[in-house]
Amino acid sequence: MYYRSMFPRDLLAELERLQREVPQTVEPGPSIRGQKRGYPALNVGGTPNAVEIYAFAPGLDPATLDVQLEKGILTIAGERKAPAVSEQATVHIGERFAGRFRRVVSLPDDIDPNSIVAKYRDGVLHVSVQRREETQPRRISIQ
Amino acid sequence: MSDTNQAPKSTAATREDAALLPPVDVLEDAGGITLYADLPGVPKDRLSLHVEADVLTIDGEVVLDAPEGMELTHTEVGLPRYRRQFTLSKELDAGKVKASFEQGVLTLRIPKAEHAQPRRIEVQVV
Repeated sequence: MYYRSMFPRDLLAELERLQREVPQTVEPGPSIRGQKRGYPALNVGGTPNAVEIYAFAPGLDPATLDVQLEKGILTIAGERKAPAVSEQATVHIGERFAGRFRRVVSLPDDIDPNSIVAKYRDGVLHVSVQRREETQPRRISIQ
Repeated sequence: MSDTNQAPKSTAATREDAALLPPVDVLEDAGGITLYADLPGVPKDRLSLHVEADVLTIDGEVVLDAPEGMELTHTEVGLPRYRRQFTLSKELDAGKVKASFEQGVLTLRIPKAEHAQPRRIEVQVV
């Protein structure tokens, strides 16, 4: 059951509501998939010898996470359960994502599909993909 | 319990003070309030919770093991910090808050003070 105050009492509450609602009307409509960016949020970075992907996916059992690499496309999929709400409880705020999710990242061509390491710590999935050795920059000595 | 999200009291709102607003779920039942907050990337020792007057502040610092010289090419979590404040109401017992933090999810249980717990009143037939 959702509860929303029907009679906001003060100006500050009204301002807060305005602050929440204005961006929704000014910005273009949300994506048809609901959120602007989706769950989990991703940061992608790189070094000369590896590509690092961070998926901010808190509260998951790592065993249920499905990470796949196929033809240079990395897919992260899984499901996050909503917290149990007893019948007598009231939901005041419900912002956290729940349900099935899937995010896809296209990786550069020079990665080595056989050297991937995926770790899950503090709610962040860190996938590290090494680049192929022959494509790494190297210094050529002059004879 | 209401969401205040107010700017830090200090007038110098530096870049260091900028923080992301973590998504939360707040449930209430007869015994109290349960709050869940998503704080991915925050180790246990970098999470700080405190109640001052009746304002509960959740503050967490993101620590990622980035290899040296890494350059980010795509960023959705753009600040290494989460912060959110809530105003607790009087019937909540801030002294008995129970917290647990598992894999980036903070669970807080804030019980209602004994005197505020619902009580069934027996009607005596005289």
